[in-house]
Amino acid sequence: MESIQAATGVADEPLVVGGRELTSRLIVGTGKYTNNQVMVDAIRASGADVVTVAVRRVDLDRKSEEGILYHLDPEEFFILANTAGCYTAEDAVRYARLARAAGFNEFLKLEVIGDQETLLPDVQATIEAARTLSSEGFKVMAYTNDDLISALRLEDAGCVAVMPLASPIGSGLGVVNPYFIREIKRRLHVPVIVDAGVGTASDACVTMEQGVDGVLMNTALAAADDPVAMATAMRHAVLAGRLAFLAGRMPSREIAVPSSPTRGMLD
Amino acid sequence: MNENADEGGAVSADRIQVTLNGTEREVAPDLTVLGLLESLDLVPGMVVVEHNREILSRDRYGEVSVSEGDTLELVHFVGGG
Repeated sequence: MESIQAATGVADEPLVVGGRELTSRLIVGTGKYTNNQVMVDAIRASGADVVTVAVRRVDLDRKSEEGILYHLDPEEFFILANTAGCYTAEDAVRYARLARAAGFNEFLKLEVIGDQETLLPDVQATIEAARTLSSEGFKVMAYTNDDLISALRLEDAGCVAVMPLASPIGSGLGVVNPYFIREIKRRLHVPVIVDAGVGTASDACVTMEQGVDGVLMNTALAAADDPVAMATAMRHAVLAGRLAFLAGRMPSREIAVPSSPTRGMLD
Repeated sequence: MNENADEGGAVSADRIQVTLNGTEREVAPDLTVLGLLESLDLVPGMVVVEHNREILSRDRYGEVSVSEGDTLELVHFVGGG
């Protein structure tokens, strides 16, 4: 709920994805929380207005209240469905269509996984699904590797945002390749939102300092001992990282330069 | 819908077999998709239905009937990243 401008008075462009203006550069997932109240409290503390959800079978042997929308008000948060768990383009397209039929919006977090162990994306399948879904009017935000060529191809396939990983999903390793992230941001025209791998506030800050448009995280909040406190930290970290990027950092150098005058010292 | 309608010596037409979320289930005959959801205590507005691999728009739940051998997927949103 807080843009840089609102929070600090520093001028920043709003983040616009697929024609929609986001009020926060932080997008959060809704998975793996120990209970729904903590989830809602953490999301509110994060300031995120866009939240991701997954499509799954209704468990017919349980109460229907397990659906996330019994806990998360679609009037309060913008629902971004994902295709998590899909391993083929065909499956991802099927899940995407089901998600859109829920009737909220045409935005989609596209994710096609290529390997069960690392959960790294199948980029070829992601590009294929992105092309199909974009032609069907979906606004595709595609999860991908920290690889420039893949990112360019996804932009070319019609994605409204490209979302390279910081490091593998759920790893909490932070940005393993800031250079590639910067390179992707430098070359793409659509927003670049780093998705997956952020573990703690400094990771989010470093991510935003690369100049990317936003960051998406789930486990870093859900798996923290205190998700609400971590969400608050992340909100500040994303703002801090964005501000530091806008401020333009000093050059780093491997020699010391005194901060105080060298002249005027006593004999 | 009367679920206790089996008069002694119920014939198989009292129930039909469908595949619901990957599991074979017996349900009452002559149900619409809407009726099926209600019989399962599901809120139609919270569920998306895929009927024999075709996604149904909600306004059709009340007119599409469930037949013997149908495959239905009932999905909804859950927590995810």
